[in-house]
Amino acid sequence: MRVNVTVNGVAHSVDHVWALESLLDFLRERVGLRGTKNACEQGECGSCSVYVDGVLVCSCLVAAVQVEGRSVVTVEGLDSGDGMHPVQQAFLDAGAVQCGFCTPGMIVAAHCLLDSNPDPDDLTVREELSGNLCRCTGYQKILDAVHLAAERTGAAP
Amino acid sequence: MDIPLASGPMLRPSSWRGAMLLRSQYPDASPICGGTDLMVDINFGRARPATLLDLTSVEGLDSWELIDDGRTVRIGAGVSFTSIIEELSDSCPALAQAARTVGSPQIRNRGTVAGNLATASPAGDCHPVLLACWAQVEVESVRGSRLIDIDDFFLGPKRCALEPDELIRAVLVPAATGPQQFAKVGPRNAMVIATVSFALNLDVAGRRVGTGIGSAGPTPLRARAAEQMLQDALADRWDGSGGVDQSVCRRFGDLVAEAASPIDDVRGSAEYRRHALAVLGRRCLSWALADLGGMDGEAAA
Repeated sequence: MRVNVTVNGVAHSVDHVWALESLLDFLRERVGLRGTKNACEQGECGSCSVYVDGVLVCSCLVAAVQVEGRSVVTVEGLDSGDGMHPVQQAFLDAGAVQCGFCTPGMIVAAHCLLDSNPDPDDLTVREELSGNLCRCTGYQKILDAVHLAAERTGAAP
Repeated sequence: MDIPLASGPMLRPSSWRGAMLLRSQYPDASPICGGTDLMVDINFGRARPATLLDLTSVEGLDSWELIDDGRTVRIGAGVSFTSIIEELSDSCPALAQAARTVGSPQIRNRGTVAGNLATASPAGDCHPVLLACWAQVEVESVRGSRLIDIDDFFLGPKRCALEPDELIRAVLVPAATGPQQFAKVGPRNAMVIATVSFALNLDVAGRRVGTGIGSAGPTPLRARAAEQMLQDALADRWDGSGGVDQSVCRRFGDLVAEAASPIDDVRGSAEYRRHALAVLGRRCLSWALADLGGMDGEAAA
């Protein structure tokens, strides 16, 4: 079947999509965007976090056919300009990346959090990132990165 | 590996009537909304439906309304847990509490009460609350629509009263008329399948007590003896006056534990589950009574 979807602002029309294919596989294998990571395929780890019509979801738990006519934003689409999004830069500067596998999902989830809450406290960050696992256990640096991004985007005092 | 590849058509009705017709025309299609249960089974090869019947575009399915002069909340099958938390914390406080314990933000953004029901896991987070609130499940097929009392809905582990050609259209939850509580035990605060869970509803207007137990039997369970005991104990104290003895809370917790029929499994032993249920029952009651104004909940917990 054919799926028509906008990914990071670009319209895609993809044929021969498997009826039961996940959005995660669709993004990685059909659209060629491999920033979205495949780790658990059961919604436990958040590595595949993307936006569908502005809502944060695990792309492994969305069927590709369900995004027909919708708009998807992946980690590759967070920055509208040339460089990196402030959240991405903050993860680099804070040393919040170890093996890096959870990082794209963490960044999309952190981006979503800061979008609705520009200056979250630690408890809020922990709650809002509770669906994203870092098996290197680098959580403290990830918290630092979120706060650094909040400061830089000018919301924090 | 001999897994037949699904090749059916894309089924994406935009109206409820369309969904009904497609449901009857394609009995081998799996209904999908949030996908948080079904997609896991598909990703792990445990489910291979011919195709999917995607309900996310059905108009109106993701909204709720007050009916019955405001006494009942009719929650559309597509309403996400996030919406329940944000919009129904006042009218359905225990349901909102349970919704807060579901998965993670990503899961709550997609998952629905109706999906929770259709999966019919004994551990489903909403189920104890729906039992405690005497909810009804509104289901429909091309043959017509019917309401299923929540006590008749769960038939066994992952088995429910939904007929093969039916879809859940909405869940009817009586609006709270008094304190409600939900509590859940698990190894962490997020992404946890309940080891046990418990819900309590003090229906002040109806002068009755509702309970629900999760993850401690083949289906979610009601603690009938505990309900009756507490109703008797509250008899003339529903206005919160007079106070209720500490021993009532302990007795209540014990009766909740006795109503369970738990098993040993990877999430916990039967013995632990019984113990935890006694604690959850006692705590939920002491919190609810504190809300009612009858006793000091902090001291009791």
